[in-house]
Amino acid sequence: MISIYTRRRIVNAINLTFSVLAMLFGLFWLFWILLTLFDKGLSGVGHTIFTQMTPAPGDTGGLLNAVFGSLVMVALATLIGTPVGIMAGTYLAEFGQRGWLAPATRFVNDILLSAPSIVIGLFVYTVYVAKVGHFSGWAGALALSLIVIPVVVRTTEDMLRLIPNSLREAAIALGAPHWKVVTLVTWRASRVGIMTGILLAVARISGETAPLLFTALNNQFWNADMNRPMANLPVVIFQFAMSPYEYWQELAWTGALLITLSVLGLNIAARFFLRKNDLLN
Amino acid sequence: MRHHFLLAVITKISLARLQSGVTKTMSTAHAATKLKRQRLLDSIFRRATLFFTIVVFLLLAALIGSLIIGSWPALQTFGFDFLWSTQWNPVTEKFGALVPIIGTLITSLVALSIGIPVSFGIALFLTELSPPWLRRPLGTAIELLAGIPSIIYGMWGLFVFAPFFAKYIQPWIQGTLGEIAGIGFLFEGAFMGIGMLTAGIILAIMVIPFISSVMRDVFEVVPSLFKESAYGLGATTWEVIWYVVLPYTKSGVVGGIMLGFGRALGETMAVTFVIGNSHQLHASLFMPGNSIASALANEFTEADGDLYTAALIELGLILFLITFVVLACSKILLLRLKKREGTAS
Repeated sequence: MISIYTRRRIVNAINLTFSVLAMLFGLFWLFWILLTLFDKGLSGVGHTIFTQMTPAPGDTGGLLNAVFGSLVMVALATLIGTPVGIMAGTYLAEFGQRGWLAPATRFVNDILLSAPSIVIGLFVYTVYVAKVGHFSGWAGALALSLIVIPVVVRTTEDMLRLIPNSLREAAIALGAPHWKVVTLVTWRASRVGIMTGILLAVARISGETAPLLFTALNNQFWNADMNRPMANLPVVIFQFAMSPYEYWQELAWTGALLITLSVLGLNIAARFFLRKNDLLN
Repeated sequence: MRHHFLLAVITKISLARLQSGVTKTMSTAHAATKLKRQRLLDSIFRRATLFFTIVVFLLLAALIGSLIIGSWPALQTFGFDFLWSTQWNPVTEKFGALVPIIGTLITSLVALSIGIPVSFGIALFLTELSPPWLRRPLGTAIELLAGIPSIIYGMWGLFVFAPFFAKYIQPWIQGTLGEIAGIGFLFEGAFMGIGMLTAGIILAIMVIPFISSVMRDVFEVVPSLFKESAYGLGATTWEVIWYVVLPYTKSGVVGGIMLGFGRALGETMAVTFVIGNSHQLHASLFMPGNSIASALANEFTEADGDLYTAALIELGLILFLITFVVLACSKILLLRLKKREGTAS
């Protein structure tokens, strides 16, 4: 019979081994996925990707219009979503001490933060696309901006709350009006943090496919008109990957590699900035 | 709270001082206009932030409202039958949501049953076992799993994982788990690679970073005094985790799990690629099924007829309501832990 001490040690050893295995299990998938992407996508990377349009079946081509459409929609969505997010986040951190609005908005924001992105696409479809009667780049940018807003609200509020109150009090004691305290002192002090939030939001929307399916749709040709359906990398990848044409599938892998590298790059950059900020504080 | 009160008092005092001090030295009229302008700017700024806060607040109401209006024809036609009818026939315009609802729940539950133990192991490793210099890179690597776009998971799942799964894992599962009486029926059928189990496994990989990062965060708030006391009594690392850390962070851990659940429920692209999209109920996890999100992704742009579109929007509404409830529970549980943390310190 094993003594209770040995048994406890054995249980401990088994469970800690399991913990190490779990860690390896997690890393295993990351490396498998990245390896697959490089394996299948790298061969397609070349100048044609950025100089030619998405091809018709059987034709050759690149991803230029899709890359362009993605960049434009992500940029617009960030431009729409960021000011809204920063202002609302500022209210929550600086003005919303009393009343029910701030806690309620915080709750709503957290729900929006994790809401299924496909439902956001449906929302923009019913309020915009269905009313206008056609898919468009604007609708895509709008859907993406609705994903940007909660991310920016959350990080802005968190970052502003890190600013010590003595800083605000010092500014106020000098006779500064409240708006100057916020814009010149607290915003400035948390600039890096807020930028990080925006970066994370951009990373998040760059790979989003679901909200674009019913809003921007897709376009095989070059299009800079925001009022028409617009090509974008995620939806092109979806369409090409599901197609029976081999060349399309290869392009999809190349697009997948591009998008993953840029999203992971943005994520790592955001972390790097945040860490620098930590060191400064 | 006290700080903010102080802030308000200081604001009032300093404004009053400013007013009296300035009036003595400067011409009264000039100072008054200056002060007035600042007050005006102040209120404009505050109102602008308030306005955008209300915008964010109303977004949720607008979201739910628009989905209800969009699905009105379906709501009227099918009523509550929509929830438990298994029919999905665009030709005869008979729609029921049971298959996608069950598909969504089953794939998410499979994801959780794999994701929870693994996430727990990862959080345990990162907080207690890992050497400090490895903590940050390993934590970042796991969080990067959350950064990979879901469409990549889908593609990889369909072209790489599914063939591998069908060739090596599925026969093995059928030979082992499939032999057990009672749950064997879950693993019947041909080895197709795609299906509900594949979708669940890929969802598990996707929710691991979310659950494990919440678990890690809540494990870190446990006061080291508690852990040291247990170690001092001779407890093993596992016993400290199981009898001290876990009970203390219970609500936070459940909150993290709910967060992962919410993620899994709403995941679209990854599931769309591998679930097989069949509007039929099967008991076996090896068989194709459908989830709400993937039904929407596949059928919405091709849906013709108002009733078809409305039925799909109603699916979206159901999905949103389910995730809303799950996320609200998660939020409340996490808040509860935070409150206790506040009273304990």
